[in-house]
Amino acid sequence: MINTVCPLEQSYVLTTAIFLPVLAAAVLMLINRERYSTIKWIALAATIANLIAVVPLFTNFDKTSARMQFVEQYRWIEAWHINYCVGVDGISVLFVLLAAIIAILCVLVSWNSVKDKVKEFYIAIVLIEGAMIGVFAAIDMFLFYMFWEAMLIPMYLLIGVWGGPNRLYAAVKFFIYTLAGSVLMLLGVVAIYIVTGTFDMVRLMNTQLPLNLQMLLFWAFFAAFAVKVPMFPVHTWLPDAHTEAPTAGSVILAAILIKMGAYGFLRFSLPMFPDASQLMAPVMIVLSVIAIIYGGVICLSQKDLKRLIAYSSVSHMGFVTLGIFSLNMQGMEGGILQMINHGVITGALFLCVGMVYERSHTRQIADYGGLANVMPVFSAFFMVFTLASIGLPGTNGFVGEFLIILGGFTANKTAGVLAATGVIIGAVYMLRLYQQVFYTAINEKIAGLSDISLREVITLVPLLILVFWIGVYPSAFTGFMDATVASLLVKLKGGDMHALNTLIQAVVR
Amino acid sequence: MQISELSPLLRLLPELIVASLGLVLLLVEAFVKRKEIVAVLALLGVFAAFLSLKLGTFGVVFGGMFISDGYSFFFKLIFFINLILSILISVRYLKTEDSLRGEYYCLLVFSTLGMMVMASAGNLITLYLGLELMALSTYVLAGFIRHDTKSTEAAVKYFLTGGFSTALLLYGISLVYGVTGSMDLRTISEYIGQHDVSGNPMALLGVVLLASAFAFKIAAVPFHMWVPDVYEGAPTPVTAFMSIGPKAAGFAVLGRVFLYAFAHMSVEWSLILTVLSILTMCVGNVMALVQTNIKRMLAYSSIAHAGYALIGIIAATPEGLSATMNYLFIYTFMNIGAFSVVLMLHTKDFKALQISDYAGLGKTHPIVGAVMLVFMFSLTGIPPMAGFIGKFYVFMSAVRSGYLWLAIVAVIFSVISAFFYLRIVMYMYMKEPQRPEMELSSSHALNAALAVCATFVLLIGVMPERFVEFAKAAVKILYFQ
Repeated sequence: MINTVCPLEQSYVLTTAIFLPVLAAAVLMLINRERYSTIKWIALAATIANLIAVVPLFTNFDKTSARMQFVEQYRWIEAWHINYCVGVDGISVLFVLLAAIIAILCVLVSWNSVKDKVKEFYIAIVLIEGAMIGVFAAIDMFLFYMFWEAMLIPMYLLIGVWGGPNRLYAAVKFFIYTLAGSVLMLLGVVAIYIVTGTFDMVRLMNTQLPLNLQMLLFWAFFAAFAVKVPMFPVHTWLPDAHTEAPTAGSVILAAILIKMGAYGFLRFSLPMFPDASQLMAPVMIVLSVIAIIYGGVICLSQKDLKRLIAYSSVSHMGFVTLGIFSLNMQGMEGGILQMINHGVITGALFLCVGMVYERSHTRQIADYGGLANVMPVFSAFFMVFTLASIGLPGTNGFVGEFLIILGGFTANKTAGVLAATGVIIGAVYMLRLYQQVFYTAINEKIAGLSDISLREVITLVPLLILVFWIGVYPSAFTGFMDATVASLLVKLKGGDMHALNTLIQAVVR
Repeated sequence: MQISELSPLLRLLPELIVASLGLVLLLVEAFVKRKEIVAVLALLGVFAAFLSLKLGTFGVVFGGMFISDGYSFFFKLIFFINLILSILISVRYLKTEDSLRGEYYCLLVFSTLGMMVMASAGNLITLYLGLELMALSTYVLAGFIRHDTKSTEAAVKYFLTGGFSTALLLYGISLVYGVTGSMDLRTISEYIGQHDVSGNPMALLGVVLLASAFAFKIAAVPFHMWVPDVYEGAPTPVTAFMSIGPKAAGFAVLGRVFLYAFAHMSVEWSLILTVLSILTMCVGNVMALVQTNIKRMLAYSSIAHAGYALIGIIAATPEGLSATMNYLFIYTFMNIGAFSVVLMLHTKDFKALQISDYAGLGKTHPIVGAVMLVFMFSLTGIPPMAGFIGKFYVFMSAVRSGYLWLAIVAVIFSVISAFFYLRIVMYMYMKEPQRPEMELSSSHALNAALAVCATFVLLIGVMPERFVEFAKAAVKILYFQ
């Protein structure tokens, strides 16, 4: 079981991963703003260095342990018993890695497309990277909240400064929605501290709170997480923000930022308010199923490429929350895996849209047609990601959705069936999109476009590898989660570890 | 005279230094041509007073009329920081406005002396003296740009409403005296502790009137009417000075009088203050949404922040009080910082007082833009800026005292406030500059003030430990005599 953090030796991996980008931002601030290429290379070097710095998380992670690993702890604000405390377990480790990869791709995809305020742009990107990793690595609630909120500032600027025509509206909407949710969580954090006297998340996971307080806190935290996920009915900021954000912004939003909400459910709601979570699970399942189907149906009528993919995120994140709140092994592992998958796939799709938008300057589906002839390499990439998004066996999307539907079916048969229809709707809108954009007659507006360059291929290849790697050999990734998810389930439902271990084995096979 | 007889005066050392500083400045001002010398002298004097805070001992002087304790120490620190920063940001402005007259600095110093007396008041009469000294000096300061009708108008408005609040205060004091037979805070406290006055209409009215008078000073709704006009009309450095000093002094007396002298009537006054706090947050934040003038917007913002700071007092615990003090400390830096940026944009030809004048600032002057961004997010209360720490502490004290619902109201208004703070950021970064040549009226003094404010806002935001401990310790050494 998880014990209070008391490491014998400190690890510096996570702190490096959080503050190396901050350092890079400081360096960037000192550079002359006219020296574009220096700025870009520094940003690229910093993000790559950060990926290298987090590699130990992948190689040295002890998959048999549910404890926090790579823990680092310092006293910070003793007056309030706050520590600077970071660490990862099976739930968060993959997100740190994903965030490090995505940051590099964001720098690469913006290489030529960002021409205005270049210096500020890359400062914002690296700061977001640091804050994102901070959110997933923090195991002190105060520290978590700091990163959670601090991230809003560069993200708001990213959408508002470098976004599309309607960017001001989208940026403010994004900021206000997320802030409104977060402040309620802040009060929840304060309330927990006042009741228990600690901000230490590991200790809190082993603290039993009274049920009525659990319910109150569950909804306070729900406000923050549901907005971020986003769950129906607080999802309306997402299409605007995703659509108006620059490519890098959309990728960060889709790949990492909205995962923070679902991660919050796993990190706070389930372990700290287990009884409330169990009681509220049916409500969450209903909201998830609504999101799956509603998001999918809206996609059918979208005319804007980015908006379609944005709404598909609502649907896909519905799968994630369904998996998490099915409260069983398959569902929860599927949920976590699907978060990674969605990050990879939707991130890739937004990268693709960004690449083609850079050439055509239109996002209207009607302006495209026959792109497969014009940009063959690009369309091959897009095809793979489309199929992964649909959940074709052999791609990562299949594994995640399959596990979730399995879990959802176990929890509630109707929910499982309804969620499965969501997969079909997904196939309809994605294939129709692919057909309209890449097949049919060549649209004159896009006739002369050049195919993607080597830089862009390099941007997409890592995600392509992940699509197949997770798709063919998922246990390389689910293996990270097994122990943590199992111990979380024990906490939730009681029951002995042995039965769960058999379950783990079954799932892994 | 023996040394031992002098030693109680050590407790007055900062006040003595500041008072003599004011007089010396008046004399010097008459003889020097370059008025900047007066500013430099004033800075040196305040610095000496600043150091003397450490030398001065804690204790009671003049039979309980004057208290020197950790609590007043903390507030005096805020006043000194406010004074130093205000002097720094004034130098260039006065030149731009052709109002280089040395008595400006004397008035700032005397006003600060009034605040110091307020923070140390152990008797309602001392309190009144301090308050009047502070208020009269600020009335004059508000109208300091004599050739500007707006400034004069602001001074008249401020004077009339201020006079009204003074009348309320005096009336309140007389009622309290009538009930308790004393003006000494400790005697009042003892009397209320021994006699049940909760049903006494005179006592209640006295509390209401005192609360109203203090609400004027901290700019709480519905006693805020003067704020937007006066803040807009007064010279900008004076607005910055007023938005911190009198407000903090108001909170100082509010804390000492209500939390200690009227401790046994907390049921009554906490209700009054709760209503004030909610109204203040509501009106301040909502009205700020529709402002187009930056000084008016900051005026409403400063009203709103009084509402947040009140929450700590309402919590009625030492923790709450230190939370409010911590809030005011942080507020000093972020608000003067914001006003410093407003001053930077103020040139002889172009006053740049409209929010739309900030369009493209992030592009034309990246550093100033970035600093303003820090202040705006700090005022909103977003980490890692100091404003977040201030709000966090206040909310924590409120939740601990069972005021969860008040904290919920506060965070909702805090979200609303994001709209107007973000609008400045939006103009700075997301709009194109309207004027090709955006000149700044920067000076070393102004740059220094800006740097200090930005540094502290970020420092307190990331490393709040020392500052929080300081506020906590200050409340622990609260003499009540």
